[in-house]
Amino acid sequence: MADLSKLFDAVLNGDQKTAVAVTQEALAEGCDPMELITKYMVPAMDEVGRRFECEEYFVPELLLSARAMKGSLELLRPLLASSGAQPAGRVVIGTVKGDLHDIGKNLVASMLEGGGFEVIDLGADVPPERFIEAVREKNARIVALSALLTVTMPSMRKTIDALKDAGVRDQVKVMVGGAPVTPQFAEEIGADAYGENATAAVALARKFAQAG
Amino acid sequence: MAGLADWTAHGILITDGAWGTRLQELGLEPGEIPDSWNLAWPERVEQVAREYVEAGSEVILTNTFRANRITLAAAGLDAQVRQINAAGVAISRRAASGRARVAASIGPAGKMLMTGEVTAEELHAAFLEQAEALAEAGADALLVETMSDLEEARIALLAARSTGLPVIVSFAFDTGRNRDRTMMGVTPEQAAAEMQAAGADAVGANCGAGIERFPALCARMRHACSLPIWIKANAGLPEWRDGRAVYTAAPEAFASHLPALAEAGAAFVGGCCGTSPAFIRALAAAREAL
Repeated sequence: MADLSKLFDAVLNGDQKTAVAVTQEALAEGCDPMELITKYMVPAMDEVGRRFECEEYFVPELLLSARAMKGSLELLRPLLASSGAQPAGRVVIGTVKGDLHDIGKNLVASMLEGGGFEVIDLGADVPPERFIEAVREKNARIVALSALLTVTMPSMRKTIDALKDAGVRDQVKVMVGGAPVTPQFAEEIGADAYGENATAAVALARKFAQAG
Repeated sequence: MAGLADWTAHGILITDGAWGTRLQELGLEPGEIPDSWNLAWPERVEQVAREYVEAGSEVILTNTFRANRITLAAAGLDAQVRQINAAGVAISRRAASGRARVAASIGPAGKMLMTGEVTAEELHAAFLEQAEALAEAGADALLVETMSDLEEARIALLAARSTGLPVIVSFAFDTGRNRDRTMMGVTPEQAAAEMQAAGADAVGANCGAGIERFPALCARMRHACSLPIWIKANAGLPEWRDGRAVYTAAPEAFASHLPALAEAGAAFVGGCCGTSPAFIRALAAAREAL
């Protein structure tokens, strides 16, 4: 029998090799893919998030855990798709127009994938129209906007205004983040939420997915 | 020149403040790479540098923070790496006109080593190319700044050291409840000890948090190494008024932290985001009063 507590530990410790090996073993023995995710991997990522909040973990540990989770999810996804199971939600993410910084955005994208979300990553310097296109094409319910520079933060407002003008604002929840972004700014530009860091972004996305 | 000993022999040196906000006032568009102005609008960049020298900066930086091949490539400017760096040093040299030293700025590449977005070899090549261009153009020292990853900082330091110039390595502590870790979890003690071991001539902290956090960071670095400490603090977080970032910290309030920084052993003090020549004048006045 596969020792599934090892899957929990592997994700928590960012050990992709073990995560993948235990997943393969479990699948060969006929374990339910959904159960592997909900009983072992998601709780492990929750613990990663808790340790991050407590400052026991920092960005490198988050990245390693997200990578371990992703390695395992890549094996499970095809099985989930054929059984008709849906991802936790679909998120369109990007760094707004004028801003080339993508480290924070990539980190949030990794953590969302680790949290079981389907992530449509539009990259950096993304014009508002591309967000609109992606929301329409993928029927996404969550939009995540990133900016690192104070001078590109107004692009966040423009992106949200463009979503409104295109008539898709009501079908999505918009969350914003990045070093200079504040909750006050998020409210001012009409975003639904501000995420202070990558684990906060995952918690927000879950809340939105459940509410929607 | 051997190290920075003769720079700091007579007490704290005042460095400069933010350039980006001033360049925006002079017409830099959001999303435009400030470094490109070294070629497009050298006289405007020189004006900013000169304002700092006139305000009392004894060390000024260069407008080359993003001028490494990896970052410039994202903006389609990678064919101009050498020119942008050489022009950056020439502009600061002209503005300094013998009254200030020039520490040439090398910022992070903006790609993460540990996710494999960039390799150690690519980083080393990019930093070496930039460091050599800055050194050939006549920089007095090289400043590796706003680092958050120890490994990237070490790679940049080794590349910069190979020019023979003194090298300062400065980290951005912007994470954690007390804002005393870098994004990658590095502590001031780790940063100071590791950079000294790797041959840095000075270590420090810049950006990241408001100045009230910096005396503690400075003291912690001071205890973890025997190098001069470089401090460049933010004016504080901006407030939002009519869609624009407004920094509300006053120059005098900022400079009132200078005695605490002196007490904590800072050798270089200046400002980062949100600071202006007025902040440098206030710092210079506060130093007179020490």
